[in-house]
Amino acid sequence: MIDPHLIKKDFPILSRMIENKPLVYLDSASTSQKPQSVIDAITRYYSNSNANIHRAIYTIAQEADDAYEATRESVRAFINASSTEEIIFTRNTTEGINLVAYTWAEQNIHEGDIVIVSALEHHSNLIPWQQVAIKKNARLAVIPLSRDPETPYLLDMEWFKKYLIENSTSIKLIAITHASNVTGTINPIKEIASLVHAHSSAKILIDGAQSTAHLPIDVQDLDCDFFAFSSHKMLGPTGVGVLYAKKQLLEAMPPFLFGGDMIREVHQRDATWNDLPWKFEAGTQNIADVIAFKEAITYLTNLGMENVRQHDQKLIAYARAKLESIKNLKLHIPKNNMDMTGVISFAMNGIHPHDIAEIFNSENVCIRGGNHCAKPLMESISVPATARISFSVYNTEEDIDIAIEAIIKAKKIFNIS
Amino acid sequence: MDLYAENILDHFQNPRNHGRLAAPSITVDDANPLCGDKLILDLMIENSHIKEIGFDGSGCAISQAAMSILTEEILHKSLADAENFSKDELYKLLGVAISPARVKCALLGYTLLKKAIILLKHQES
Repeated sequence: MIDPHLIKKDFPILSRMIENKPLVYLDSASTSQKPQSVIDAITRYYSNSNANIHRAIYTIAQEADDAYEATRESVRAFINASSTEEIIFTRNTTEGINLVAYTWAEQNIHEGDIVIVSALEHHSNLIPWQQVAIKKNARLAVIPLSRDPETPYLLDMEWFKKYLIENSTSIKLIAITHASNVTGTINPIKEIASLVHAHSSAKILIDGAQSTAHLPIDVQDLDCDFFAFSSHKMLGPTGVGVLYAKKQLLEAMPPFLFGGDMIREVHQRDATWNDLPWKFEAGTQNIADVIAFKEAITYLTNLGMENVRQHDQKLIAYARAKLESIKNLKLHIPKNNMDMTGVISFAMNGIHPHDIAEIFNSENVCIRGGNHCAKPLMESISVPATARISFSVYNTEEDIDIAIEAIIKAKKIFNIS
Repeated sequence: MDLYAENILDHFQNPRNHGRLAAPSITVDDANPLCGDKLILDLMIENSHIKEIGFDGSGCAISQAAMSILTEEILHKSLADAENFSKDELYKLLGVAISPARVKCALLGYTLLKKAIILLKHQES
């Protein structure tokens, strides 16, 4: 079992005091904090081994190269990909999704084809597919939220099954989030992938931005074709993302960006492409942050993702019980804790989420208020915005207690019972 | 918390000039995409003066209170006076410190008013 009080000590920012109040960070769905080991790895690289990778023969260049490729192997093991050839470094989840939209979709989506997304998508897994649909004259279908009052904030899987079977020949891609950044909802990816592969030749792309820090991930078990995620949401540095894709797909895809390092042979008027995965990594990469990302994966692996999940569940249960007892507060999360990660959206009668976040800030509690880059979802749950608290491994029950006090303070200021 | 001074909360919870006009000379609306503040503003102009004003909207206390305070201030003023009304004057009326993160909220109604005046001038010319 995880002891978040001990974990907190590994994250220097969490000992910061502002106006004599400790920092309570409940916005890890936006970006996570970083342990000392990650911060040190960045300094260590620049202090000891700063050199470009894949080019020079001198010692520090070799060190940089080895460290960069060692992260790739850590990522492979973390998500259980079958080969490091399937691990492409990007800047973030958004770039990974765009890579697929600009290469695979360019070749494989045609007029009249269907791309399916869900009502739970972050803009990053919606806008690229809107654009593909517009450009290709393809159709964009949206899996709606369940209308069954017993399963709020979950996807309507009956609708999906029916739609999939009725349109199986036209559907080319299902692009869906693993976990919602608003409601915390975990989508049944394994079930969706098995349905998709049984009934169609469509590919399935997973937005893993919100799941990799909360759930054990096994891309082979999920049987997804593409899986994109970001380092910065899982204790690693910003500026590093990963796109996993099945090898045979990557082999058939054209390069995304052209330039240095992604080539094999270059002549004045044409060129051939490098092997996987480097075919998709043009130009000098974010070497320092990729190298430091390995420390984040090591940190999570040492904790054990099953333990991380258990800790998340404990915090969800604790927070739900406290929040449910507050009058005039509505939770926008699934009924069952097992259906969600540690992301809790709520709204309060008479206080806009932006004001809630402002009052939280006066207590040095970091939360988000807004539409969370998911405007269509806000429309489908009929709220203009929500306040959101989200957890990571360093959060404690005391953090939640402080958040609850901030809610009580907000109600007092706004004179609400 | 200083931001939620009595004045702000009073205007948020009991907004003045709240509600749409039956026959506005001009209607403008805008939204703050980040936090979901929404405002719609109606002006009825007679003899180059703001004879009636009304608004509707939803959003944070700052955006809604600032709109309410602004309508109270400019009602019955000439269009020229409304056009000259400055951000600093609005901030003075709000009476609380607006952090950079909340400037957009505080000025949503103000930018709407300015937009309305520009459109009215176009209509005239």
